[in-house]
Amino acid sequence: MKIIKSLTIIVLAFSFASFARANNFEQAVQGLLENSNKKKAAAVEQLAKVDDPRSLPTLKAMLDAKLYYKKDDKSLVIITDLEEGATVHNLMSQSDESISDKRAVSKVRINNKLRRLLRSSIAVLELSSGDMAIRLESAKNLAKNPSADMRDVLIIALEKESSSKIAGFLSLSLGLIDLENEDPAVRRKAVDYLSGSVEPQAIGALKALTAKDKDGNYLEQDKELAAYAAKVFKRVDTKMQLFKTSENMLFGLSLGSVLLLAAIGLAITFGVMGVINMAHGEMIMLGAYTTFTVQQLMPELIGASLFVAIPVAFIVAAAVGVLMERLIIRHLYGRPLDTLLATFGVSLILQQAIRQIYGANSVSVISPPWISGLWEVNGALALTYNRIYILLFAMLVLGLLALLLKKTLVGLQMRAVTQNRPMANSMGIRAGWVDAMTFGLGSGIAGIAGVALSQIASVSPNLGQTYIVDSFMVVVFGGVGNIMGTFIGAMTLGVINKFLEPQVGAVIGKIIVLVFIILFIQWRPRGLFALKGRFVED
Amino acid sequence: MNLLQQTFIYKALQNDIFGRYVLSFVIIIGTVIPLLNVFAPEGSMFDITTFTMTLMGKILCFAILALALDLVWGYCGILSLGHGAFFSLGGYAMGMYLMRQIGDRGVYGNPELPDFMVFLNWDALPWYWYGFDSFGFALLMVFLAPGILAFVFGWMAFRSRVTGVYFSIITQALTFALMQAFFMNKLGFGGNNGLTDFKDILGFNIQSDETRSVLVFTAALVLCITYFVCKYIVSSKFGKVLVSIRDAESRTRFLGYRVEHYKLLVFTFSAIVAGVAGAIYVPLVGAANPSEFSPINSIGIVIWVALGGRGTLYGAIIGALVIGYAKSYFTTSFPDLWLYILGGLFVLTTMYLPEGIAGRLEQLRQKRNGSKNDPSTPAKNAELEVAK
Repeated sequence: MKIIKSLTIIVLAFSFASFARANNFEQAVQGLLENSNKKKAAAVEQLAKVDDPRSLPTLKAMLDAKLYYKKDDKSLVIITDLEEGATVHNLMSQSDESISDKRAVSKVRINNKLRRLLRSSIAVLELSSGDMAIRLESAKNLAKNPSADMRDVLIIALEKESSSKIAGFLSLSLGLIDLENEDPAVRRKAVDYLSGSVEPQAIGALKALTAKDKDGNYLEQDKELAAYAAKVFKRVDTKMQLFKTSENMLFGLSLGSVLLLAAIGLAITFGVMGVINMAHGEMIMLGAYTTFTVQQLMPELIGASLFVAIPVAFIVAAAVGVLMERLIIRHLYGRPLDTLLATFGVSLILQQAIRQIYGANSVSVISPPWISGLWEVNGALALTYNRIYILLFAMLVLGLLALLLKKTLVGLQMRAVTQNRPMANSMGIRAGWVDAMTFGLGSGIAGIAGVALSQIASVSPNLGQTYIVDSFMVVVFGGVGNIMGTFIGAMTLGVINKFLEPQVGAVIGKIIVLVFIILFIQWRPRGLFALKGRFVED
Repeated sequence: MNLLQQTFIYKALQNDIFGRYVLSFVIIIGTVIPLLNVFAPEGSMFDITTFTMTLMGKILCFAILALALDLVWGYCGILSLGHGAFFSLGGYAMGMYLMRQIGDRGVYGNPELPDFMVFLNWDALPWYWYGFDSFGFALLMVFLAPGILAFVFGWMAFRSRVTGVYFSIITQALTFALMQAFFMNKLGFGGNNGLTDFKDILGFNIQSDETRSVLVFTAALVLCITYFVCKYIVSSKFGKVLVSIRDAESRTRFLGYRVEHYKLLVFTFSAIVAGVAGAIYVPLVGAANPSEFSPINSIGIVIWVALGGRGTLYGAIIGALVIGYAKSYFTTSFPDLWLYILGGLFVLTTMYLPEGIAGRLEQLRQKRNGSKNDPSTPAKNAELEVAK
């Protein structure tokens, strides 16, 4: 009985609340229909205070001159294009309807004063919204073109704001507004506001303040302020550098993970069999084209296509690898240079075959929506999702491979053959079979790398060629037969590359890396993590 | 006659039947074709088009390049995948001289700067272009540019005992890096377009048939000279050490030979020869292009040597002639097939014809001669006799 009673009260309370709210909105809106701008302004102010989801669209539509009222029942409607039979949104009944006659509606007219009021009211509504995305969007928009009318709104919003990212945009707007002020104290405070943001606008404003003429004097009239701004700028700049460095670091690591994916299969085959597979790059290409083909076969399921492509690419590339090993490489055993040449021949044939099937131009592999996009941390740091995914993916592949090598019988046999082939042979390991498995595994991983690469690079028959030299460098640098070496090698080269790139340009950067590797092998001819022991000297 | 028999050339060719054939063929190409091109009446059955003559000249340059690679790979076991870089460097050195010869006849008519520099708004000639107005200096650079690069690179690589596939990979990276560098505009070698629009060489119009004929003849002559120099090297004691390094590097080292020195010397010499080949090639085709540095070109040289027969000098020439001509034929008549054929050659040669065409020829000769002359490798036997 008690429960029913309390329930009734709750239900009643709810219906009353919604009734009261609706009432308020309807009341406030009435003012908009008046001719007097004063009364309209009062209505806008009231609307801004009413906690109703319809307030914001109403105000926005009013500002964009899309708000009309129907002459017959005085209900407000939003009309994008005013024409016969156009669909309009009725704010009162919250439903779409169509109008038969243009003359049946009349526009809610506004003047400049109202426009200003609307803007600040909208900003107040948006900035006090519970949804962080709306607040962020609003703060960003305000910062794009800050106007002095917003100052009070901004100060209140900044006080209440809990998210530092949004607060950054708010203080940026405030700073830009106050910088136009004449009072030196306010301008000094503006510099403080600006120091809280790393957006390009804030940096630009600070730079302009601290600009000097030829003689080294500040261009800014208020020298004290300029000196202060210079101090602040230095601090902000350090922060910027930090962001830039971390961005470079992440870019470097993601490039490193691309290199890792491309090189790791090469390192395994080189380690186990002592042969260089020049067609390794083409295995990557096969993986990328497999992705393309899978997407062609399932055009409705692009989002899932990558998950299908990964195992398919592995199988396709591994099959080609095993075939190559059985038909060619097996017969060239003990002649590593000849193997290099024969596999190069295979790479030419594969390239030409793909060129004839898919055409010489690059094909477009679609990136599923969840993989594309940008993660903007702040104005100085933005990361594309695909880079992050590739990093994670490479780690996953590395982890699985390490498990395979350490925990399975095949892995054990591979390591045994890597360390000492004749001894492994005499212990009953079929080295030939291990060779085929290794080659298949190495090629299969290259195929997977191709799937990943198809998301960040253009897929053409030359895809493999662009990565093969870099992959070799990773293997030479990291040492063979050791996935740890490949991992460290790839990441180091990736990071070095990305840090050199902004300084000297991509090409010179690559050349420096090459010279670095040549010098490096002076010191460690067999790479960073060389296998040690007697078996190495052969 | 006695005097003739004393000369090295006579001795060198005495037991080198196939070498004699190949060189005769080279001399015929190098003399008859240019003569026919210039003197045979237009349209007659003896007339050789300039295109064909230029093609022959190019192939002769390739043959010089193949000799250079055969010397390091066939005799010393160093598989260089970067010989195209040395070839191109020699070519660029010559190209720079030819660029300077244009003078104010360029599109922009600037007497001081080549066209591409004017285009890039450069106001002065970079310092490394100084001196290239002189043919002698350019010729010196044809030797020095690849020579010094090979010396420094080889010194670092051989000193730290980088061998086998490691060395191959590093040389490939070298030519790859150089290719990217030469593609850049700001390096000052014409970027994408390379060096082109040449006008004349030593005062002769570079486009004229006569000049080209002389260039083709020069290529044949240089090829013959290179052949004999290489022959001399491989039949000397130095050459024997090279072969022993190829067959058992550690053992040679234990015997007290400074393996690095031998390798460095032969590698540098080979690079210089490659540079000379490039220096003849560039005026012949009328351009020095950065794509010549591409790794695929360098590895292409290897298949000439492999198909012809590594470790026999005339084999390298055969390989370059055969593949050079085949490439020209297929890329014009069946462009889609060429890469299959080239790829197939790489696979089949290494699997079924490791000694190349030359090896097969030697086998045939041995079979014909029966057991009369038993030594297992007649070619090497011939070298031994020359060395005496």
